[in-house]
Amino acid sequence: MELLRFITCGSVDDGKSTLIGRLLYESKLLYADHLAALEADSRRVGTRGGELDFALLVDGLAAEREQGITIDVAYRFFSTEARRFIVADTPGHEQYTRNMVTGASTADAAVILLDAGKGVLSQTRRHARIVSLLGIRHVALAVNKLDLLSYSREAFEKVCFEFTEFAADLGFAEITCVPMSATEGVNVVGHSELTPWYDGKTLLQWLESVVVTPEENGPSRFLVQWVNRPDRTFRGFSGRVLRGTLRQGDEVRVLPGDRASTVERIVTMDGDLTEALAGSSVTVVLADDVDASRGDLLASAADPPRVADTFQAHLVWLNEAGLLPGRQYLAKIGARTHGFTATKALQLNEIGVDSVHFDAPVPFESYRTNRDLGSFVVLDRLTNATVGAGMIDFALRSPNLRWQTLTVDKQARIERNGHRPCVVWLTGLSGAGKSTIADLVEKALHADGRHTFLLDGDNVRHGLNSDLGFSDADRVENIRRIAEVAALMVDAGLIVLVSFISPFRAERALARSLVAENEFCEVFVDTPLEVAEQRDPKGLYARARRGELANFTGIDSPYEPPENPEVRLDTTALSPEQAAEVVVARLRALGIC
Amino acid sequence: MDHLDRLEADSVDIFREAVAESERPVLLYSIGKDSSVLLHLARKAFYPSKPPFPLLHVDTTWKFREMIEFRDRTAAELGLELIVHRNPECVALGINPFDHGSARHTDLWKTQGLRQALDEHRFDVAFGGARRDEEASRAKERVFSFRTAQHQWDPKNQRPELWRLYNTRVAPGESIRVFPLSNWTELDVWRYVERERIPVVPLYFAAQRPVVDRDGMLIMVDDDRMPLSEPPRQELVRFRTLGCYPLTGAVRSEARTVAEIVEEMRAATTSERQGRLIDHDQSGSMERKKREGYF
Repeated sequence: MELLRFITCGSVDDGKSTLIGRLLYESKLLYADHLAALEADSRRVGTRGGELDFALLVDGLAAEREQGITIDVAYRFFSTEARRFIVADTPGHEQYTRNMVTGASTADAAVILLDAGKGVLSQTRRHARIVSLLGIRHVALAVNKLDLLSYSREAFEKVCFEFTEFAADLGFAEITCVPMSATEGVNVVGHSELTPWYDGKTLLQWLESVVVTPEENGPSRFLVQWVNRPDRTFRGFSGRVLRGTLRQGDEVRVLPGDRASTVERIVTMDGDLTEALAGSSVTVVLADDVDASRGDLLASAADPPRVADTFQAHLVWLNEAGLLPGRQYLAKIGARTHGFTATKALQLNEIGVDSVHFDAPVPFESYRTNRDLGSFVVLDRLTNATVGAGMIDFALRSPNLRWQTLTVDKQARIERNGHRPCVVWLTGLSGAGKSTIADLVEKALHADGRHTFLLDGDNVRHGLNSDLGFSDADRVENIRRIAEVAALMVDAGLIVLVSFISPFRAERALARSLVAENEFCEVFVDTPLEVAEQRDPKGLYARARRGELANFTGIDSPYEPPENPEVRLDTTALSPEQAAEVVVARLRALGIC
Repeated sequence: MDHLDRLEADSVDIFREAVAESERPVLLYSIGKDSSVLLHLARKAFYPSKPPFPLLHVDTTWKFREMIEFRDRTAAELGLELIVHRNPECVALGINPFDHGSARHTDLWKTQGLRQALDEHRFDVAFGGARRDEEASRAKERVFSFRTAQHQWDPKNQRPELWRLYNTRVAPGESIRVFPLSNWTELDVWRYVERERIPVVPLYFAAQRPVVDRDGMLIMVDDDRMPLSEPPRQELVRFRTLGCYPLTGAVRSEARTVAEIVEEMRAATTSERQGRLIDHDQSGSMERKKREGYF
């Protein structure tokens, strides 16, 4: 028996939950105790005047019953003689795009519901576009609630025509329209005499007959999840055949490192196999002692996928906190997690096309070709939340374009200058004393013959960053540019003093990541808000309190203090001169000067 | 691939992802058929290595005796480390379903006991055998289900879970419950037990057993701790689900083999959790228990 995974999508009140409840009921998958509970619930909170309300079967969470809406993706199971089904029930309200994307990501087919009386709405179009974007090729349009239109053939055909015409360029392999009433069970399982003019498939007949193209064709791809070493004699790679068929004796390339080997054994607990089909989880032993690790890909040597680090991708944003361009996120692709940045802002439930960058090269295929090698999720470094989902369209830059090797390098500059370069990053609230301390530190270093440069927040905003304001997105971009400039100056051999509020940990982490490990010294100029506000050298706090300055750090925009700075300066206990001495002493201890 | 092959491959995939990305995984072993299947899949996932984690059984001292025998034999035969945790407060107070009621019994022994054991061993991933078809609130739970440092599940604030890209990242103290059987049904489990010849506790098969009627359920008298007003009678019964014996109802059945159970299942008209007293305390009770950290 085959397994088919499908999603149902539609707007609020189109009858999705009712349809799924009806499928469970009609395929005799409702047990007597479930049915008894349903009867009781239908009388208590049902919307059908005491008649069986199938929606109650599916709306599982207590909160949903109270609100009368479905708030998350729910998975349901049923089977017929022909097939075993997994249904992802995804809510229809527009703000829940993320749930639909989630449900669609693992589906082979989609049932799009609409209310025949309302026709093709903008939400219907949106649902169809998401289904298409997520790579689903088989679609049934369930034209529901025909009972309210006296099962009018004309109404049904009008809606079908409208949808089919709209969906012509969405790349679906097939669209099957079914005239339906989920509440009355018309054309859900069996044909109904109420629609004698319809002789096409009922919804269940369609679900039982959808032909999903197997992934067994095409070049083989095997993802290493876990290196299996029970003892010194055995070294295998446990993972999954994502695509194609892996055979004993196959020549493979190990990516992204690109080493060659041959499949010696395909090991399972039930004995060795001569071949493993797409979708199977096995353990591969290679003929040579090549180094492969978690996240590597074993690919057909004749037709390996490309490796790249910068892509055009479709991104779906899943989190209340929007995507900030240039911010350092993490992305999980295959079985690897890398640093990740995108270039365009996105809000919750928005879908965009963007150029994205992984901080290491990854083997990939376009999402259209291979869902497993073309999909990734974006994770927040601080909250660990899953904040975005991405689908690779194509590579924008090959990592083969490497840096030009230059003869006069950093080492040559260190020898000429007589000291190592570094970034001294001062962070803290406005009015904490960053600029004053930075100025004193630079004066001391300069007098000592060190090559220095001071990047000051206010000054840089007059020039390089004059196009930026104070929104979260602009603050991130502000710091990104400064971090890049500081890194260039480190390459030039300088000790770079950076004096910026830089309120977000993620951006300071980015700045740190752009230089070598011993080239970054984070200085937390720690001044309590009350003290800084009292000092208020530029009168900014007073203005912010009066509401004249929006997004002012500490007032209505957050400051995230460093967790492990190299230096913490308590300015309520130290004078600026003493603070500067502490910094210089620390730089000496770090071997900078 | 047929549907059992596909379910098996998905579950193996889940085991490998969780182990590769965690520090201290553990398998919550509750001795039932789902645990048997879970353990079988874990062995497949890491073969020829042994599953690289211990088994944890949160004991209540009220399990069927045959379950405990089966548990100890299984761990010994497979050479796996078995951790048995009994909530010491419950031991001291003698918590039992007769004097303290099923709700308090379950909360103190199982929910609190599990939290104690997870804290004590600092496990960051705990595999469980829960299936989405069991109950409505489980249908919405992720395969990788995040728990706060207080072991709480927030159903409205779950991490989106797309493709097979599971998010395993946690801060210190937080953990993930991983459910490799999420997409299996009860019938799938039995068909797989049959196909793979997986050993299960004999209580699943029909036999003459001493039973009494309690709250509309057939309760098997497994030892002399049960207060009785009438002598138990022998009936041909089996269990669809296994838990604490005073809280687990038997069903009249003649199914003595796995094949006969599969046949019986196909004709079944009630769900397996109907035999569990604890689920029926009040509507929505499973969701409430899960929020508090019940498995």
